[in-house]
Amino acid sequence: MSEITLQIDGKEVKAREGMTILEAAQGAGISIPTLCHHEKLEPYGACRICTVEVETRGRTSLVAACLYPVEKNLVVRTRSKKVDKIRKALLELMLAHAPDAPKLQDLAREYGADKDRFEKEPSFCILCGLCVRYCAEVKKKNAIGFIDRGTRREISFIPEIAARECWNCKECFPLCPTEALQAAYVLTGALTSSFPSFEAGSEK
Amino acid sequence: MPKINSPAELEKLRKSILSKRDPNKPCIAICTGTGCLALGAEKVVTALKEEIKKHGLEHKVDIKETGCPGFCERGTVVVIYPEEICYLQVQPEDAGEIVSQTILARKVIDRLLYVDPATGEKAVHESEIPFYKNQMRLLIGNNIKLDPKSIEDYLALGGYSALAKVLSQMTPEQVLEEVKKSNLRGRGGGGFPAGRKWEECRNAPGEVRYVIVNADEGDPGAFMDRALLEGNPHSVLEGLIIGAYAIGSHEGYIYVRQEYPLAVENVTIAIKQAEEYGFLGQNILGSDFDFKVKVHRGAGAFVSGESSALMTAIEGRVGEPRPKYIHTAVKGIWDKPSNLNNVETWANVPLIINKGADWFTRIGTAGSKGTKIFSLVGKVNNTGLVEVPMGITLRDVIYKVGGGIPRGKKFKAVQTGGPSGGCIPEEQLDMPVDFDELTKAGSMMGSGGMIVMDEDTCMVDVARYFLNFLTDESCGKCVPCREGIRQMLKILTNITEGKGKEGDIELLEELAEVTKDASLCALGRTAANPVLSTIHYFRDEYEAHIKQKRCPAYSCKQLISYYIDPNKCQACMICLKQCPVGAIAGGKNQIHVIDQEKCTKCGTCFEVCPARFGAVKRLSGEPVPPPISEEARIIVRGSKER
Repeated sequence: MSEITLQIDGKEVKAREGMTILEAAQGAGISIPTLCHHEKLEPYGACRICTVEVETRGRTSLVAACLYPVEKNLVVRTRSKKVDKIRKALLELMLAHAPDAPKLQDLAREYGADKDRFEKEPSFCILCGLCVRYCAEVKKKNAIGFIDRGTRREISFIPEIAARECWNCKECFPLCPTEALQAAYVLTGALTSSFPSFEAGSEK
Repeated sequence: MPKINSPAELEKLRKSILSKRDPNKPCIAICTGTGCLALGAEKVVTALKEEIKKHGLEHKVDIKETGCPGFCERGTVVVIYPEEICYLQVQPEDAGEIVSQTILARKVIDRLLYVDPATGEKAVHESEIPFYKNQMRLLIGNNIKLDPKSIEDYLALGGYSALAKVLSQMTPEQVLEEVKKSNLRGRGGGGFPAGRKWEECRNAPGEVRYVIVNADEGDPGAFMDRALLEGNPHSVLEGLIIGAYAIGSHEGYIYVRQEYPLAVENVTIAIKQAEEYGFLGQNILGSDFDFKVKVHRGAGAFVSGESSALMTAIEGRVGEPRPKYIHTAVKGIWDKPSNLNNVETWANVPLIINKGADWFTRIGTAGSKGTKIFSLVGKVNNTGLVEVPMGITLRDVIYKVGGGIPRGKKFKAVQTGGPSGGCIPEEQLDMPVDFDELTKAGSMMGSGGMIVMDEDTCMVDVARYFLNFLTDESCGKCVPCREGIRQMLKILTNITEGKGKEGDIELLEELAEVTKDASLCALGRTAANPVLSTIHYFRDEYEAHIKQKRCPAYSCKQLISYYIDPNKCQACMICLKQCPVGAIAGGKNQIHVIDQEKCTKCGTCFEVCPARFGAVKRLSGEPVPPPISEEARIIVRGSKER
């Protein structure tokens, strides 16, 4: 793989072709906030908190750093008025669902986000999909997935699989950026609904 | 049917089909597109068949069930050949007369003709009806001439001659050049040049490439692609095969939504026929080009019309968009180069090949060539499908083709581009229809939905309607789209319910900006357009709702009241009897009063109050006057009172 030189926040950064901006920045010790990113998982691009400004072929655009592949002579700005404005608004939108999440609160302080800007709808979940993707991509169990779409989207365990797999795993719990008990809560919900194979599964 | 092995054999077959057809033989063509079917076209067909049988004319008259010619407002549409007499709003009861009068006695039935509401003149032929006269129907013009289930009908009209030309006389590069030269832009919404997309896909590394027809049309009120796929499926298929040849693809998909059963049926039949005749499969028309097509039925998600989501759905996964920093033309279905175009884009290809890019570029504007099909709906006299040359003004589409606004109401705005588009006001009506002009005006061409709105339409409510649609139809994956839409909808709902606050407009603008800048796919990035364009052109309406709690269009129920003016009420009992919730009190000779608690604001009283009285008033932003005393409600009538 050939090496590419790009510029991030005014600094010359070397990266390998095929890397994302996020990876290149991390390699150079430049931090870009993320919420749905995990190094063991395929980039997902859902939380958009890693949005950065790029300049390429004379055009400026806003892209997700976790997904955008590095290019030769790419100019990246990880902070700008526009970027900060977007991050602040995204945090405010997420804080309406998970107002007490420490990770969100830390970022809120950094970007001046007001957790009370929008009416609270505490679901404790920002649908980052870390649990869902970890279960599918790393554990290859697919015990948890998304249901419904649009504003009704939520995470849900599939009782048939969860009853069999989750007791001895629970590796998704600590991945949650908002509330470590969130997945546990949804899991309990899924398993306490009367389901015949629950008994069989729990005996293992 | 033995396979056709060369262009010469195709021409021979075409000649033999034509020789068996007598151009003077009467033929009754009945539109059996989805619109006319809903109006009972099937019964018209049955009735006509019975009449034909009754008169023993089975072998002397053809009956053809065709696709949609576009004039849905006046369905069921029937055209009688060879004279091309056009009958509108045909009912099964008219069948007897059509056969005895028009077929046997060669007489035109006056009452089934189009009457120009302005001049009172009748039009016998399609070409004389203003709705058709002002169109340029290159793509849908054939719909009424062919049975979509008959490949012979398509061949009789010159079908697959473009494919034959391509395979026998042109290299893939030449086809690509011709399409590039035509400057054909994608009809699905974005208007990306098709030739450039094809070229990128053709040049992308890899052996396997896919071509795809996007027939996941989902904008509210849009049905252009349905009419094409239902009415002339072979034209789309021919375009696709030509594209596959140019791109170097041997496998294609037609992604059509399950909610279009007739389109699924007709295109499936068309594929089977094309395979039998040798337009699909191996060694097409004796060349060394192989190509096969599969139909993939969508499961009802608007977002699956987005190209990367559609490709994910074809892979068998949930139709969620992927970021397109690497184009789908390079990495699409199963990460293979994939070229996706909309139904209408593909249907243009055989035309361009047959008539040449030079001919095509003579139609339209500098940046937008050819024609565009719109589904003209809403508050307009002639609703239906219209195909117009690019560059025609919106005013001509709405007034000349569409026949203007019904019931003498005032035009307010036209919404183009579906949920990703925007509302264009009166001042901009002379704007030419063109990809770039519409975008400049804050809307977009989109796939071709055109919703006309009159003075009774509340623009805040329109924005709310589209956001509500997107609330269900966003995939929900990324935060700015899912949460931005959620919050914008909440604010808009509050405004329409009289709970708007100072600062709401600014907050909407801020949310719109984030949704636009940070969303993952085009659905999110354009989701705020209905909000932004209505704020831009109709800010005063937003302000009236927020500051005066007034809906200028008298549309938002929570902001309006109906009130009977005691000085005008003649106690005629009409509104009282028609009120569906019994909210009107009064009697003969007793002035009527609306119980505001019971009133559901359906507007019936306002509609039925005789114009000469005009006693029912709509109020908004002002209090309902207190009821008058019981004594004052008694009407003492002069002559009638004894």
